[in-house]
Amino acid sequence: MYTSHTKADREEMLKVIGVETVEDLFQCLPEEGKFPELALPDGISEMEAYDELQYISLANETPQELVSFLGAGAYNHYIPAAVDSILRRSEFYTAYTPYQPEISQGTLQAIFEYQSLIAALTGMDVANASHYDGATAAAEAVNMAYHNFRGKRSKIVLSPSVNPQYRETIHTYMKGMELEFCGEDLKSESGPEELIALIDENTALVLVQYPDFFGRIYDLTKVSAAAHAQNALFAVHVNPIALGLLKPPSEYDADIVTGEGQPLGVPLAFGGPYLGLFATKKQYVRKMAGRLAGETVDKNGQRGYVLTLNTREQHIRREQATSNICSNQGLIALAATVYLSLLGKNGLQELAALNYHKAHYAADKISTVPGFMVNPVQLFFNEFVVHCPRPAAEINHMLLGHDILGGYELGRDYPDLTHELLMAVTEMTSRSEIDYLVKVLEEENHD
Amino acid sequence: MTEPTIFELSRPGRKGISFPAPDVPMAELPEGFLREKLPLPEVAENEVVRHFTRISQLNYAVDIGFYPLGSCTMKYNPKINEETARLPGFSQIHPLQPVETVQGALGLMYETQQWLAEISGFQAVSLQPAAGAHGELTGVLIIRAYHHSRGDTQRTKMLVPDSAHGTNPASSAMSGMEIVEIPSDERGNINLDALLAECDDTLAGLMITNPNTLGLFDENILQACQLVHEHGGLVYGDGANMNALLGIYKPGKMGIDVMHFNLHKTFSTPHGGGGPGSGPVGVTKKLEEFLPTPLVVMTSPGDEENPGFYDLVAPKQSIGRVKSFHGHFGVVVRAFTYMLSLGKNGLLDASLNAVLNANYLQSRLKDVYHIPYDRLCMHEFVTEAKWDDAPGIRALDISKRIIDFGFHPPTNYFPLIVPEALMIEPTETETRETLDAFADALIQIADEAKNNPEILLNAPTKAPFGRLDEVKAAKDLILKTQLPENYGT
Repeated sequence: MYTSHTKADREEMLKVIGVETVEDLFQCLPEEGKFPELALPDGISEMEAYDELQYISLANETPQELVSFLGAGAYNHYIPAAVDSILRRSEFYTAYTPYQPEISQGTLQAIFEYQSLIAALTGMDVANASHYDGATAAAEAVNMAYHNFRGKRSKIVLSPSVNPQYRETIHTYMKGMELEFCGEDLKSESGPEELIALIDENTALVLVQYPDFFGRIYDLTKVSAAAHAQNALFAVHVNPIALGLLKPPSEYDADIVTGEGQPLGVPLAFGGPYLGLFATKKQYVRKMAGRLAGETVDKNGQRGYVLTLNTREQHIRREQATSNICSNQGLIALAATVYLSLLGKNGLQELAALNYHKAHYAADKISTVPGFMVNPVQLFFNEFVVHCPRPAAEINHMLLGHDILGGYELGRDYPDLTHELLMAVTEMTSRSEIDYLVKVLEEENHD
Repeated sequence: MTEPTIFELSRPGRKGISFPAPDVPMAELPEGFLREKLPLPEVAENEVVRHFTRISQLNYAVDIGFYPLGSCTMKYNPKINEETARLPGFSQIHPLQPVETVQGALGLMYETQQWLAEISGFQAVSLQPAAGAHGELTGVLIIRAYHHSRGDTQRTKMLVPDSAHGTNPASSAMSGMEIVEIPSDERGNINLDALLAECDDTLAGLMITNPNTLGLFDENILQACQLVHEHGGLVYGDGANMNALLGIYKPGKMGIDVMHFNLHKTFSTPHGGGGPGSGPVGVTKKLEEFLPTPLVVMTSPGDEENPGFYDLVAPKQSIGRVKSFHGHFGVVVRAFTYMLSLGKNGLLDASLNAVLNANYLQSRLKDVYHIPYDRLCMHEFVTEAKWDDAPGIRALDISKRIIDFGFHPPTNYFPLIVPEALMIEPTETETRETLDAFADALIQIADEAKNNPEILLNAPTKAPFGRLDEVKAAKDLILKTQLPENYGT
């Protein structure tokens, strides 16, 4: 369908090659198993394909049809129309890695601006061109810390309030290295300071999340100082929208900042593709994995950009490379770049405040329903834990009957939190939706 | 002309989007945690759009012209795929929704797993890996988990041919393997004697690309896999070159135990300027239980009245999660749309034409450009860009000159075993006229290399930029826009 050879073209081409049929081109393949009949349907027209995909898509219920309080690592934010308008420029999306900088300045400048924006947002010296998602960025932070000490420090202190999926990914990534993980079995309500007792001279990295998986905000000054007192690295995983309001991790002297970039203009899309943010201090730039664009000039003195410090990467260093990562999230990083450019300083501040206020309104309202509790003294951003009078799964099931996606059932990852729901509120959640949730909870309480 | 950065376009007080006024009372802000300085640009929407549109025009892309970047399969990206991926029922669903509210998405993922398994001859496929290199890491961790499950913890040696992609040894090293390089023989196949010499009870496996990075079908593949299996190892297949094999040969039938697919190569999803890709992994039956979490399964097949039901499960001995959620779903929707559109005949036709185009170009060029392994090729081929009578010319110079003819250059300096390599992969989505124009250009450039080398050394002259100073970039290390102190206060 996307090929254009006529029969005549094909015959003339075969003649130039010097074979009679196209099948003759495969003469060195083993005869047995060659040209298998695939048990697949025949092709269909574009019209039919679109209908089929639309039909499949309609079997899903979207947060547009349901009232959603789901977050837990993926957030329903408004995406300005200009973001997708730029992503749909095929100069961007049908290009590949900018190996030839003379004809790839669009991609290279976009990466450079992305690095600049992420460095500015996190307060760090440098950011790379991105990782696959927040989970793999966090895993690369552990990998970087391990290699920073040349494998001589084997302990990783992981807060139990780092997203459980990220922790699981870290464990998978590091299976081949002899590492000792601690901290994850601390009680879920523990804050960062309870990690301090675990940090010792064998610790390579201390990793916390900010706001943490439960949406909580903590002062990271002491845990950071404790990590540095043992010369360990200190990494903070962030929600980038929260940084419109909150102190950046650089103010806690973070050595590495990772983050899930999905909130920056990337659709939920059932979990991907998302965007792994990664930033660090200047002194660690050569230890950082991933692509980097750097400023330079062309032969005419024109300012331009190239991929730089390639000698850290797998295509040069092979098994000695800092990581096997080959791509970056190119187009998704572009989405975040356009998004942050549109919002800018004022927009991001406004958005972060809007999320904060709405989430606090929701938490206050939910707390008024008998049996439902939100810790009244805990600081949080746009996500909070609701203690329910019955198992969270039951509450969620009931809410779904009212077209509400209730929240994330924390018992799935924390066995002691069977009655806890993690609820997220963004600018997309209206007051009337929050009031509707509260009304449903009240009514069900009476029944 | 140099385009300012978005930071340089900033003027205090501007913004590109507004949000609704709060419809809730203001809560008290967390004192002591508030940010004082946010040094982001301030630009209006129209200026943002113009800026990114202008820089987009500095890019070359598949939609502009021929992009024969070897090993990357830069085929046309059908527009329908962009539309289906953006259907609200796909683009707006949350990954943690209850499975009963996302049956369409899970069904599509299940079908994609089944299609890929049928095309490749594997038992099961996981869609979780985010890219090819990520699939490699997943696959090598599966091999490791398999050996560990049998108590074979001493199996840590991974054999990698000298023609392999750099990601192969890097992925193995990341998984805790020791890497031993295996040379190629005089026909470009894996050297069986060298392979045998490394087969002992520490053997974890072999990572092999077939067709290999020379674009050649490895004629020793069956024996190589057999040797590795006889010595207790497993074979990893790098599926980067799957575009040569759709309906032609199933990797699972060659003796490969685990392989990644590149949906962004073989299955036409766009490369996006470097990503996102998608690197699903297929395995044989004995490795099924080691696949990453989660896997989509059909728990009830359904009947005429009721649709089937799908769920997410963790395989029993899973290596665990390799990323959050369920893989690059948005990329999977595009690939599924492509497979559905083409069907079995269209997929076969794609590979037949990819191989036809590569052989046609190779035939047109081989009298002028030395082909180190003179055989029929598969979907790509490698030439040596050097001539005794053009001593100052390197592959890079030829590539830069190709830009002046309006084409994207081939891959340079890879595979490493061919000096001054130019690796050319035309793909199936090019007309004969395009192939001819490209061949004509390369033949003219070879002549210039010998008779007028200055043209090559000064190229490109018709691109928006001349050659860039990479040494300066690495020395100065300017990795972000330099901002004045008071920016963002």
